[in-house]
Amino acid sequence: MKNTPPETGGFFARDRAMHPPAYTPWYKTTVLRSPQRALISLDGTKSEVTGPVFGHNMLGELDNDLILNYAKPGEMPIGQRIIVHGRVVDERGKGVSGALVEFWQANAGGRYRHKKETYLAPLDPNFGGFGRTIADDDGYYWFKTIKPGPYPWPNGVNDWRPAHIHFSVFGHGFAQRLITQMYFEGDPLIWICPIVKTIPDEEAIKRLIAPLDMAATVPHDMRAYKFDIVLRGRRSTFFENRKEGN
Amino acid sequence: MVQSLGYLKELPSQTAGPYVHIGCTPNFSGIEGVYDTDLGSGPLYNDKTKGERITVRGHVFDGAQTPLKDALIEIWQADADGFYNSPSETRGTADPNFFGWARCPGDMATGEFVFETIKPGRVPFNDGRLMAPHITFWIVARGINIGLQTRMYFGDEEEANAQDPVLARIEHKVRVPTLIAEREGDTYTFNIRLQGADETVFFDI
Repeated sequence: MKNTPPETGGFFARDRAMHPPAYTPWYKTTVLRSPQRALISLDGTKSEVTGPVFGHNMLGELDNDLILNYAKPGEMPIGQRIIVHGRVVDERGKGVSGALVEFWQANAGGRYRHKKETYLAPLDPNFGGFGRTIADDDGYYWFKTIKPGPYPWPNGVNDWRPAHIHFSVFGHGFAQRLITQMYFEGDPLIWICPIVKTIPDEEAIKRLIAPLDMAATVPHDMRAYKFDIVLRGRRSTFFENRKEGN
Repeated sequence: MVQSLGYLKELPSQTAGPYVHIGCTPNFSGIEGVYDTDLGSGPLYNDKTKGERITVRGHVFDGAQTPLKDALIEIWQADADGFYNSPSETRGTADPNFFGWARCPGDMATGEFVFETIKPGRVPFNDGRLMAPHITFWIVARGINIGLQTRMYFGDEEEANAQDPVLARIEHKVRVPTLIAEREGDTYTFNIRLQGADETVFFDI
């Protein structure tokens, strides 16, 4: 860890006009799962500006290698081998050291390893579909996986999710908690997906699309996609109206 | 033109989807042998943790009063003396035997979530007034586009609740009880209602 004092300021207000609203009826499940009352605004108290810290001792050695973490000895999953890498930064561009990043996804055929999933594409016996890692001092993270396939889902009559990887991220405060999805450059399904289209702002959608990163690609081995994760920024302590230590 | 402020924008949220368990609680979803244990599972306390042991349980209901069976609930709370186990805690050092965070998926058959934890101490609001004891909740699920933040307060802390600066900010007093869990023995029941007449208060924190 860096030898800098921990930050204690509150977080920049969330831009709720950029995030998807709760009620987006074209994504049908939101209809009964969206609050109808306005949110109550609350500038971060100690309860929100603090958050848990996860240590490397909580993770296993292969946790960021989805190619190997479920495979039988000597075997590997089928599909496009990729590296996903990037930085976890906050809105000030500052790396979020020690951020826990968890991810999960379908296999190359679009099938999830979950008992409630019934899509007819087969499971891959060597692919679990999940992993996690802790960002380094500069916020940098990476993992190896198989590029997921698109899959159909019961929403509209013929809705297909674009290829995507789910991300769950912890910053330094519980108010930074974020779950989102990463999409892949050039996928035509992105722009017709009802879940993507819960985000009202096209520029915001583009920030969820990872570009192909040939510079990080390993020749004859793995392609790479770069995905930077931006969490809420944090005010400096001198903006706080309280003295240290109260 | 003026200089650019140069700030980045937070990534937009997306739903956790129906298979959030694969990534966050794989053992719970039946994928064993990859992670030793699911992060945040089990009691929040051990033998050495200070404080009163309690159980917090409840359901998340949708607008048709049906429990969600695919929600993931996370909690974050202070220790028995009101300190958070976080580098951003500047007032003192938290109980080293209390991590303060946990997650629990709703039971796949009933939707019920259960946390075995301790009752937190009081934490000051930004102006120094004490808040009533509370646990911060974060709820994600299929059909929830951005995680919902709320707080659970304790039904047997009437006096502290009456002075709480956050509860005081809720204009419609009739909504305050949606944040207060009733006690029965050592168990507090906290039901979260996403939509409707008795909708839980959610915060923009």
